[in-house]
Amino acid sequence: MDLAFTKEEIAFREEVREFFKNNVPPETRRKLQEGRHLSKDEMVTWWRILNKKGWGVTHWPKEYGGTGWTTVQHYIFNEELQSYPAPQPLAFGVSMVGPVIYTFGNEKQKKEYLPRIANVDDWWCQGFSEPGSGSDLASLKTTAERKGDKWIINGQKTWTTLAQHADMIFCLCRTDKNAKKQMGISFIVFSMKSKGVTVRPIQTIDGGHEVNEVFFDDVEVPYENLIGEENKGWDYAKFLLGNERTGIARVGVSKERLRRIRALASKVESGGRPVIEDPAFREKLTACEIELKALELTQLRVVADEGKHGKGKPNPASSVLKIKGSEIQQTTTELLMEIIGPFAAPYDEHGDAGSNESMDWTAQIAPSYFNNRKVSIYGGSNEIQRNIISKAVLGL
Amino acid sequence: MDFDLSEEQRLLKESIDGLLTDAYDFDARKKYMKEKGGWSKALWGKLAEQGLLGLPFAETDGGFGAGAVETMIVMEALGKALVVEPYLATVVVAGGFLRHGGSAEQKAKHIPGIIDGSKTFGFAQLEKNSRYDLFDVVTTAKKKGDGWVIDGEKFVVLNGENADTLVVTARTKGGQRDKTGIGVFLVPADAKGVTKKGYPTQDGLHAADITFTNVEVGADAAIGDPENGLPLIERVADEARTALCAEAVGAMDQSLKDTVEYIKTRKQFGVAIGSFQSLQHRAADMFVALEQARSMSMFATMASDFSDAKERSSAVAAAKVQVGKSLKFVGQQSIQLHGGIGMTMEAKIGHYFKRLTMIENTLGDTDYHLRRVSEGGGLLA
Repeated sequence: MDLAFTKEEIAFREEVREFFKNNVPPETRRKLQEGRHLSKDEMVTWWRILNKKGWGVTHWPKEYGGTGWTTVQHYIFNEELQSYPAPQPLAFGVSMVGPVIYTFGNEKQKKEYLPRIANVDDWWCQGFSEPGSGSDLASLKTTAERKGDKWIINGQKTWTTLAQHADMIFCLCRTDKNAKKQMGISFIVFSMKSKGVTVRPIQTIDGGHEVNEVFFDDVEVPYENLIGEENKGWDYAKFLLGNERTGIARVGVSKERLRRIRALASKVESGGRPVIEDPAFREKLTACEIELKALELTQLRVVADEGKHGKGKPNPASSVLKIKGSEIQQTTTELLMEIIGPFAAPYDEHGDAGSNESMDWTAQIAPSYFNNRKVSIYGGSNEIQRNIISKAVLGL
Repeated sequence: MDFDLSEEQRLLKESIDGLLTDAYDFDARKKYMKEKGGWSKALWGKLAEQGLLGLPFAETDGGFGAGAVETMIVMEALGKALVVEPYLATVVVAGGFLRHGGSAEQKAKHIPGIIDGSKTFGFAQLEKNSRYDLFDVVTTAKKKGDGWVIDGEKFVVLNGENADTLVVTARTKGGQRDKTGIGVFLVPADAKGVTKKGYPTQDGLHAADITFTNVEVGADAAIGDPENGLPLIERVADEARTALCAEAVGAMDQSLKDTVEYIKTRKQFGVAIGSFQSLQHRAADMFVALEQARSMSMFATMASDFSDAKERSSAVAAAKVQVGKSLKFVGQQSIQLHGGIGMTMEAKIGHYFKRLTMIENTLGDTDYHLRRVSEGGGLLA
């Protein structure tokens, strides 16, 4: 047992840090630090810088542009990326549909889609959730009917993140209404520019526009856009959701936020002294730092385990990551709320603090607090995670 | 970075788990607790036979030169089996003082007795008003000729009643809360002027309140620098806290296993109560608490190699915070999920709860260590 990184790993971390320092656009970094939304251009610009460096799809197999890094290197890279902070790769393309395509797709699909995912020539979005299918995803109703060499798709998806930017969607559609619910689903990809696709924004409680409703009205899709086999879509969806076990803890994101909290709490005064000198606040902050250290170690245990024994059998501790990671992220936003106190109130509908220069940093704190309630809901709500632990780990 | 056990460590784990599975079920434990002094000399002998009492000592001192990871493995196993024998007091604490501060003569005199199981120790540190501050010492050690005269009162000395030798913290200089002027002394338990009042503790161990009245010891009684012993005391206390974290992880692990087993078999309304989601989610939260504690127990274990004492202390304190929070949750919920049977002396689960509860209050509780980390500038700094 040894906690220390090897010399090579430390050198690698330096290389990654150096690259971020020299290549992340400063404005992009600042916006992330302040919890602001990035424009599509800002994100794509950065992802193409990463891809040019060969770090766009780090965990893919080498033949499709991956790096061949060890699990520890992946961990270091993600950690540094999150804590710099720089935008993380677009999960829908890089972590979700990409691996499904290179694992289950045919050669033509691999050739057509993978390079475009890596360079974000196509912005992908995820068509899974529906108004009536949240945690019970397999109850989805969107249909794809085969007509000759086409699919005709009808139905509605919801919570479709950043669909307003999307060129492509990967979609779970029911292709066999008579089969048991998990068995009649297929994994189909198509252009968001197709006739019959309508995107309607959903404004979330923070005032932001991240998610959308997407409607399909007799959308015609070439039959060859089916990934893998017909009616096997549920298997691919499970594969996809199980793929990103360790990134979900977002330890780097919370680390960056805790650093920012310390800095702000040293600057902002309350009761005639900096907030950080209030023992009650400081102990809450420290407690959160300790929780995060424990989570980081738990994550490292999972990473080290996968490095040694492969991803086949997930380390039981991996189910802890989502629950604790989301709780800690939420706590960090609560601590920020405590620091700004009454100045949390002003609402800026553009999400930018043009109106009050001196309180610039406060603009996104309340919205970020509201917005972060989502993290214990998405990606399999924390209650679903507890179901998983009790069934898969404890055998209940 | 590597969290796996080495081949030797794996064998060690198998050997102690095997020994305790055979020799330390709940009934055996009850029997051992009824023996004179409250623990089993025979079992202690078995631990010695398997070399477990000599693990951390240097090979030149007759030990095996094992490190913190090996102690973690042993303590976890002791926690799982709810072992009442004085491993912590003797091997970890007294052994720690001898290893890190002992002279060649002191090592030669005391370590062989620990390794062969013939001698046990107690750590006389706690005072009426010191609580968790290791530097808060009123007991005095005054120079007399070449040796020392010790006066004062110590409380809740684990294994204090049975110990052959006591490791005593005493002030050689300065005021009650000065950080310098504290020494560590080896005092034979049968020395003239040592009075012991022994009693069982809540968790089935034994302790004693001990009064030292004009106790004379020789010059060779002082371990390390008698005027600046605090760094040594803190180092050994950190090792003891780390060991306690591992013991708690073992106890929590078994508590959760037993609880899950119980709710799988206990039937109400015609079904196993473990089929109810409220209980499943509680058990899942217990698992989360346990794994977070396990991670921090490993962190503290690995921190013993940190060269910077402040960094080491902060890591250990953070571990004690996490373990303290986790053990409270796992301990309490284990009782809750067992229902009425969990309240009975007869069921094992309550004994885990009691041991876990006492671990929290040993060498600094959750709030105490949280304050330490907080005042030290946090954990990310």
